Amino acid sequence: MTSIPDAKAPADEVVLEAIGLTKHFPVRRRLRDLFSNRHDAVHAVDDVNLTLRRGQVVALVGESGSGKSTVARLLAQLYPRTGGDIRLHGESTRVKAGTAFRRYCARVQMIFQDPFASLNPVHTIRYHLTRSLKVHGNAGSTDAELEQALHALLERVALTPPERYLDKFPHELSGGQRQRVAIARALGAEPEALLADEPVSMLDVSIRLGILNLLRDLKERLNLAILYITHDIASARYFADQTMVMYAGRMVEGGDSETVTQSPAHPYTRLLIESAPDPDRLTGAAEAADDDRGNGEPPSLIHPPSGCRFHPRCPSAMPRCSTDLPVPLQIGDAPGHWAACWLYDTEEVAK
Amino acid sequence: MSEPVIEIRNLNVDYGLGDQAVHAIRDVSLTLHRGEVLGLAGESGSGKSTLAYGMTRLLPPPGVITGGEVIYHPEKGDPYDVLSLTDRQLQAFRWAETAIVFQGAMNSLNPVHKISTQLTDVLRAHDPKMSENSRNARAREMLKLVGIAPDRMDAYPHQLSGGMRQRVMIGMALILQPQVVIMDEPTTALDVVMQRQILGQLVELRERLGFSVIFITHDLSLLVEFSNRIAIMYGGRIVEEAPAAAIYRDALHPYSSGLLGSFPALRGPRRELTGIPGSPPDLKGMPSGCSFHPRCPKAFEPCSSKIPVLTPHGDRSVACWLVES
Repeated sequence: MTSIPDAKAPADEVVLEAIGLTKHFPVRRRLRDLFSNRHDAVHAVDDVNLTLRRGQVVALVGESGSGKSTVARLLAQLYPRTGGDIRLHGESTRVKAGTAFRRYCARVQMIFQDPFASLNPVHTIRYHLTRSLKVHGNAGSTDAELEQALHALLERVALTPPERYLDKFPHELSGGQRQRVAIARALGAEPEALLADEPVSMLDVSIRLGILNLLRDLKERLNLAILYITHDIASARYFADQTMVMYAGRMVEGGDSETVTQSPAHPYTRLLIESAPDPDRLTGAAEAADDDRGNGEPPSLIHPPSGCRFHPRCPSAMPRCSTDLPVPLQIGDAPGHWAACWLYDTEEVAK
Repeated sequence: MSEPVIEIRNLNVDYGLGDQAVHAIRDVSLTLHRGEVLGLAGESGSGKSTLAYGMTRLLPPPGVITGGEVIYHPEKGDPYDVLSLTDRQLQAFRWAETAIVFQGAMNSLNPVHKISTQLTDVLRAHDPKMSENSRNARAREMLKLVGIAPDRMDAYPHQLSGGMRQRVMIGMALILQPQVVIMDEPTTALDVVMQRQILGQLVELRERLGFSVIFITHDLSLLVEFSNRIAIMYGGRIVEEAPAAAIYRDALHPYSSGLLGSFPALRGPRRELTGIPGSPPDLKGMPSGCSFHPRCPKAFEPCSSKIPVLTPHGDRSVACWLVES
């Protein structure tokens, strides 16, 4: 097997970094736009900074349409980026296809949301895993070595005994088992970073934690850097070391998971946490929706609001919010906790 | 406890016929009381949607109701069995007495019709004598009730956001003032913020209009917050039924407590959670005895041979040998 050059690298070494990552999808122009020189675009991701370190899980939380999956696909280089930079071990990388893309893939692997769609129904588990091992040159040179590698992969994702699963087809497995196969396939490349795009949202609630615990276990054993994308902020608290919150294509808050979920700073994060189901509220029949809590919907990303993108829904919006784009500001209650919100601009308060 | 609206007695639903049949619902008895929100929780394949479709006779083939009865108590008049209604009676019963909001409701609007057409269509079918003006007025009123500006009447579904479409669906379900509204995963496709808004609105409407709700979802933490009573299904049977608070504080069935332990908490101490080992049962090859026993941490010797029955314990009932002994 080929070894990754820095497999023994120290924990919290930076593996993958996004700096000012931006992605705009062009909108098809209508006839009248041809005369007007207008080039509309969906501002899916704007100016996203993200650092994945070895042995750490970073969660990216946001509503659907907030651009969190686009970030994962940009990091996996499945989409070309519009602006910004992706650095693998500090080195700027832009790959499109061919061997360069494969070399990149071998180090950064992605796990998709739907294990019912991400496995080919006409092929066995053996085929899926063999492909992954062979493509990334981890299959060894003999059949025996390949067989051993296959067994090792399945054992890693706790599908034991391996012989029972190797020759099955995806439809013979349950959702949780399929997702484990998808994880095994990603591990077949011996990656350094895993990008997990909502890996449990399609699974039954009772087996979600099994998959999250498996990923955590793999992170510790293989010293992986994991990006965990989710809409469920409670699972981010459970699983991730760092949590980033995204709204309408921009990062609004980030920091240690415990700090972000227990003392959220950005009004959007607060709204998200207040909205999460909470059995402890136990009113029998919950209170009617409050109207001043930032109701409404995420904005159009073709013409995003000026200034802070949350300002039209924000209960504590100031005049400044609609004109100036907020910069990440340190909160000060915990190291590394920041929010892109003018409420925390101490200079402004001092003035 | 207030009087019942719907009583399900020993309902059995199969998919397919003869030896090939899969028993999706086995011997389910459940009572919905007037004005309450009854939560129905369970994993996919536990039969919760089948139960909802079975009791309203909406089961698509090859679904067959093989036994039991569903007694409906109308506001005025004598109770009757929904399962023995003729087609004509059924037509009058549906929507006017029980309405259903389907799973993925935001995609169940017809994309080529304006929402006004779709809203008034119901009125036209159930009350042909109503004038067009009063139909439109009623539709307008419904939209206002669910928090959509009535000037959106002439919008097409694609012009509305997911949350608004969901509200239209709820408004449509309520337009004939049914006694019972069945909601099959009404907010699964929505974001948490929107989910809270819509459920808050539903609670408010229920207080105002006094209908009962059967709320089907896999998200138990949501149910604990929003419903009065919860029934938990596993493998086509109800394994536990209790007031929401009782389930949350002290679940008696190991499956209920396992399900509750599958949701990471947003508050309180961070603890290691395990979920439930194994995977949900295959309806084609159900385990003998209690269908949960292969995954149950507390299984003991009667579990694998004898099927536990749902027995009442005070204001709750549970089907587990642990509680029996």
